[in-house]
Amino acid sequence: MTIAIEKLNAYYGELHAVAGVNMVIPERAVTALIGPSGCGKSTLLRCINRMHEIVPGASVVGSVRLDTADLYAPDADPVAVRARVGMVFQRPNPFPTMSIAENVLAGFRLRGERLSRSEAETKAEQALRSANLWDEVKDRLKSAGTSLSGGQQQRLCIARALASKPDVILMDEPCSALDPASTQAIEELLDTLRIEHTVVIVTHNLSQAARVADRVAFMATIGAGDGGHLIEYGTAQQMFHDPVQPATQDYIAGRFG
Amino acid sequence: MKTSTPLPTKTTATTIRINTRRRVADRGFTLAVIACGVLAVIPLLSVVWTTVSKGLGRIDVAFFTQSMRGITDAGGGALHAIMGTLLITCAATLVAVPIAIGSALWLVEYADNATTPAIKTLARTVRTVIDVMAGIPSIVAGLFVYAVIALTVGPGYRSGLAGAFALVIIMVPVVERSGEEVLARVPAELHEAALALGVPKWRVILKVVLPTALPGLVSTLLLGVSRIVGETAPLLLVAGFTDSMNYDLTSGRMVSLPVYVYSQWQNKGVDAAAYDARAWSAALVLLLGVVLLHTLARLIVRGRKQ
Repeated sequence: MTIAIEKLNAYYGELHAVAGVNMVIPERAVTALIGPSGCGKSTLLRCINRMHEIVPGASVVGSVRLDTADLYAPDADPVAVRARVGMVFQRPNPFPTMSIAENVLAGFRLRGERLSRSEAETKAEQALRSANLWDEVKDRLKSAGTSLSGGQQQRLCIARALASKPDVILMDEPCSALDPASTQAIEELLDTLRIEHTVVIVTHNLSQAARVADRVAFMATIGAGDGGHLIEYGTAQQMFHDPVQPATQDYIAGRFG
Repeated sequence: MKTSTPLPTKTTATTIRINTRRRVADRGFTLAVIACGVLAVIPLLSVVWTTVSKGLGRIDVAFFTQSMRGITDAGGGALHAIMGTLLITCAATLVAVPIAIGSALWLVEYADNATTPAIKTLARTVRTVIDVMAGIPSIVAGLFVYAVIALTVGPGYRSGLAGAFALVIIMVPVVERSGEEVLARVPAELHEAALALGVPKWRVILKVVLPTALPGLVSTLLLGVSRIVGETAPLLLVAGFTDSMNYDLTSGRMVSLPVYVYSQWQNKGVDAAAYDARAWSAALVLLLGVVLLHTLARLIVRGRKQ
């Protein structure tokens, strides 16, 4: 499922966070959003599943389309949009009141969609297998989700997102709270996720972007009080080895941000 | 730099040696804090000890199976007061908790995220009113209900339900404030996680916020019940006093344990010792009831967690 972002502006009250972004994010690929802190990359990500607007006073102008469906059409329901797009957060956030199995199926349960017992078991196993977590937890599906290690919790959250079969998966710095081994587990997972999903990942870690991304978008603010712009967008190969914009060259070389 | 500094042998030796003054101050402070802790517990233990030692006397079968109907000397019991306390407290809790938790949810989940000035003003007003309500002496809550009843039903009307309404006025601010604190502690990440799964906000509140906050909400409930279960003055005003059984909240006078204690002590018959013994035993039953309630609630919360 291709994501087409057009003339997108996002605000927190008066504060302009994302300024006039146009980009097409291809399906079946990992696209990384990089840039210095405060450049609006997380905000842009959260516009793709309409999570930006849950912040009091936040607003969005412009359009985001998943294939042909305009997420910001007047009759589009943000709740329905979020059910179709999976999201993984910076810090693992399993529901503390739920077991591992219940966490994986939380989307269905919380939306009030009923599953038969066999359906639930199949879906939970599938999702946990896709998140590379099945072998580690298959014998303790009933223990609390919060009893897992940080890295396992994050894969549990990925399984939770995958269980609802989204076409798009958004990841907001999913490894920034994890140790190197857990980070590696998630990066390996991204390699299989890209086969069937459109993955968009925000990362502060340039070498991670270089390892996992097919395409890379560099964002930065241009002047004070101005929102984050999309400075340059291309294949990972081109962005890391042959960036065109001087700002991109500086950022990649570690001269700012 | 060629100038060599002399080795600070002397200073090192003195700084690592035990500093007697500091040690004395540390010990003194620790002892003072412990003494404060003990001081705080002494009156409490004294109350518990007196109640238990004087109250055990009438803890017998009759006390839990009989009312005071027709009793003018020894004997009789407090069944009518135990039932009265149960009924009035349950009725007050059933009315007060939904109102209190509902308004706490509205304030924390909706009003605090609102950007409309009207809603912000309303939220501020609600908070101020609740703060003021929390400071109302319970006798005033009783007088308020008394006045409302006198103006609507008639001045002579007494019932358990009227008493329960007076207790609702006392309970709502306690539960609301503590509930607000408990609900505000539910991590924002859990809201986000649920919203991002495409869950409507009302379901997020019912299925994520309330279950996550449950242990805290149980404590809140206990705080509220503890606050009203010992109330005497408002019940004396609007629920009245009786020696007889009354299971009907909607009509007739209904006595509760604290009111029973008060009246046994206040209106002694010829055999004063029998009245005193009943008063102490009723106080002990009330005390044990509250302890039992707390223990049960803790067990329920712990059982759910495992």
